[in-house]
Amino acid sequence: MNAMSNPFFTRSGWLYLAILAAILLVVFPLALDPFRLNLVGKYLTYAFVALGLVLCWGHGGILSLGQGVFFGLGGYCMAMFLKLEASSPENTAIQSTPGIPDFMDWNQVTALPWWWEPFRSLPFALFAVIAVPVIFAFIIGFAMFTRRVGGVYFAIITQAVAAILTILIIGQQGYTGGVNGITDLRTLLGWDIRTNDAKTILYFVCAGLLIASLLLSQAVHVSKFGRLLIAIRDKEDRVRFSGYNVAAFKIFVFCFAAALAAIGGAMFTLQVGFMSPSFVGIVPSIEMVIFAAVGGRLSLFGAIYGTLLVNYAKTSFSESFPELWLFAMGGLFIAVVMAFPDGIAGLYNRYLAPHIARLLGTMRKRDAEGHSLANPAE
Amino acid sequence: MNAVSPQKDFLLSVEGLTVSFDGFKAVNDLSFYIDENEIRVIIGPNGAGKTTVLDLICGRTKATSGSIRFRDTELTSLKEHQIVHQGVGRKFQNPSIYEELTVFENLELSFPRGRNVFGALAFRRDAEVRDRVEEIAGMVFLHNQLHTPAAILSHGQKQWLEIGMLLIQDPTLLMLDEPVAGMSVGERLKTAELLHTIIKDRSVIVIEHDMKFVEDIAHRVTVMHQGKVLSDGSMTHVQNDPKVVEVYLGH
Amino acid sequence: MIGDYTYSEFFSILAMQGFAGLILFSVFVLMALGLAIIFGQMGVINMAHGEFMILGAYVTYLCSNFVSNYAPALFPIYFFVAMALAFLASFALGVLVEWAMIRHLYKRPLDTLLATWGLSLVLQQLYRSVFGAREVGVTLPDWLMGSVALTDIVEVPINGLFVMGLTLAITVAVYFIMFRSGWGKRVRAVMQNRIMAGAVGIDTRRVDRMTFGLGCGIAGIAGAAFTMIGSTGPTAGQLYIVDTFLVVVFGGAASLLGTIASAFTISQAQSTMEFFMSGSMAKVLTLLTVVIILMLRPQGLFTLKIRQ
Repeated sequence: MNAMSNPFFTRSGWLYLAILAAILLVVFPLALDPFRLNLVGKYLTYAFVALGLVLCWGHGGILSLGQGVFFGLGGYCMAMFLKLEASSPENTAIQSTPGIPDFMDWNQVTALPWWWEPFRSLPFALFAVIAVPVIFAFIIGFAMFTRRVGGVYFAIITQAVAAILTILIIGQQGYTGGVNGITDLRTLLGWDIRTNDAKTILYFVCAGLLIASLLLSQAVHVSKFGRLLIAIRDKEDRVRFSGYNVAAFKIFVFCFAAALAAIGGAMFTLQVGFMSPSFVGIVPSIEMVIFAAVGGRLSLFGAIYGTLLVNYAKTSFSESFPELWLFAMGGLFIAVVMAFPDGIAGLYNRYLAPHIARLLGTMRKRDAEGHSLANPAE
Repeated sequence: MNAVSPQKDFLLSVEGLTVSFDGFKAVNDLSFYIDENEIRVIIGPNGAGKTTVLDLICGRTKATSGSIRFRDTELTSLKEHQIVHQGVGRKFQNPSIYEELTVFENLELSFPRGRNVFGALAFRRDAEVRDRVEEIAGMVFLHNQLHTPAAILSHGQKQWLEIGMLLIQDPTLLMLDEPVAGMSVGERLKTAELLHTIIKDRSVIVIEHDMKFVEDIAHRVTVMHQGKVLSDGSMTHVQNDPKVVEVYLGH
Repeated sequence: MIGDYTYSEFFSILAMQGFAGLILFSVFVLMALGLAIIFGQMGVINMAHGEFMILGAYVTYLCSNFVSNYAPALFPIYFFVAMALAFLASFALGVLVEWAMIRHLYKRPLDTLLATWGLSLVLQQLYRSVFGAREVGVTLPDWLMGSVALTDIVEVPINGLFVMGLTLAITVAVYFIMFRSGWGKRVRAVMQNRIMAGAVGIDTRRVDRMTFGLGCGIAGIAGAAFTMIGSTGPTAGQLYIVDTFLVVVFGGAASLLGTIASAFTISQAQSTMEFFMSGSMAKVLTLLTVVIILMLRPQGLFTLKIRQ
């Protein structure tokens, strides 16, 4: 056994990466029409959230039920830029106040609020996509973790934050677009994002960013930081009395997860063409947790496959048996917790990985390494 | 400043320490001093406040009043991890280790480098780390188990692992809460031998009930009762102190 | 004069606003009582608590229909029967859920949260399949309709008064069950030291099951009461669950008095602020204040020692 060094991936880990990259970058684009590919691209934006949850919840034991907040903030920052670009005075000449977003005009707002102003600049908007959610996560994390609030209390408070933000967005429709969100987004620096070609390109950007995020998460996971997360989950006091400032580690991983969720949100806005409070609140936030749980809360690869699988099931169910979907979703929550808490990755590791390892002629690696997984055949 | 200090330079000076939980004073106006390289054993009946004293020193419990000075630093105002950085190590009564990680990883996490967030992200497992982990694993009889998940170690091995995790930090003051509790006779002997080697060149506070063990290692014994020091001195001194006899046998 | 109002008008508005707050307070207390038992005493997060409440509401709705169709003579008093049935239905479902799910998850509180959320989705869809997606309302007996005029301007609805009275009665009952009865003593013994309680002959599993059932049953009564002031839809329970959890946590999880005080504070804050701003902003500000206070004082306002 070669546990003396900590390889970035095990040999099978590199294989899983290659399979994932092949599926996302070759198989899907070749096999799916632009509409379906765009749909997969939308699913992948949730996978960013799931990746963050694997580190934060699966490894660190910090269950956030408010990841939709960060997904939404990232998405809204992107949407604000796109909306301003779509609201040029020429496009909005019929409004009583031309040059401001249509929903503001409908709500008798006559001037662009000051905090919308900087979002005219793309660099600022891209910066804000990451910075706004991370600062928000830092404030929540700092307040909670330095006071040692954790476990279910943290979960409930993050859920309350998701509820608050949703009510706020819906209530302030003159500034946020209200319950419909920010819609009718058209161009990015003059490039029409609504065409099939643009959607295909955005899909590749999204898939590429997702793989980059996976690698970044893996880098965190294999570092000493990653093992400390597991240690904090198991024996927080021991970590503290080994000289670590546990709160700082929790804040960091929470902010990291928030940043990933925000990237997902921004890519969602770009690919789907709108952002609304229905991706911010309690229900979407907890659904994002189940994506990670179904994939396997300890597995980064699992998070991506779990997200794809659950969303694919959701789309197919909602098309054919809409009334069954909530039963299926509810059953999934119960089953994944009670029957297979390690999700697809756990099942794969138990039943398939040994055979595949034998085929590859490699030694089976310890399960606790957690990054071995992926059933490409689903 | 040492020269002008009116008192002798103790490594640890606990003075007037009091902690009250809802009015109940678990530790009540407690004072004691530990010298450099001293082995101090704290004994006392259950509920005497022994573990609470260790909790107070390592920052797990905040003192209601009183002071704990470690060299020139006041510990009562520091956070737990800062107290560890000062050179205080604490072993818990029940083995407190990371069950999901291997012995190697348990020890590596305790290695005193890369203790902040970015340090931990950048931490490399270099030859220095490996050598030190292997050295410590050898000391705590776990050199053949480096890559075993800690969860499957025996109770005694878990205790050793936790001691190892403290040793790798090389603390100036080591605090052990019942290190041989729950061990088999064989493990006890080995642990005694281990403690003899690790208590060299550092100060140690041990809570222990095993009198033979106490007699064997203690430089000085503090007997606690109802949150206060009942008696303090050499083993023979406290054994013959009528107050101690009263507390242990009188009830 | 204050603005366009005379003093008497102004105080009347304040009084009515205060009364609206009291009704909200009553609903909060009823929902939170069950949750305070389950979360405060057992440390279990039941995200399906709102659906247990809705079950009680639907049972009341069925009773109302049944009685008005088959036994109209009994209509004036049907509500009391409905309440008892609502309690029994939610209690039975609670016991079943404890047996099938919760007992396997006592050591995994975060997982309980997810599993009960799944349960809430299943129940919501079940209600939707059985009762339809539209909200249903019950017909109140005549004596619960109308309002009492306290002054020329101030009027208070009778159903609101009834809900308040009911809340008071149930709170007293819960207090006696949890803190004055032998059974309550056993519950608290189990929660404080499970092993020791088992060693002195308490059937701890049974206590767990009955405690969970009781909490759910009280949610059922809350649901029955809820039908008197609002209509019931499949997802109505979910609207209240976060608020209710905040009420319980804010009050200090294990304290009955804390739960009541916190329900009072939150409901009064919200209904008073609604007078000055839109309902959604009042809610945002209330929840935000609660969250910020919880960040500063995570143990809640009124804290007893919580199960470690």
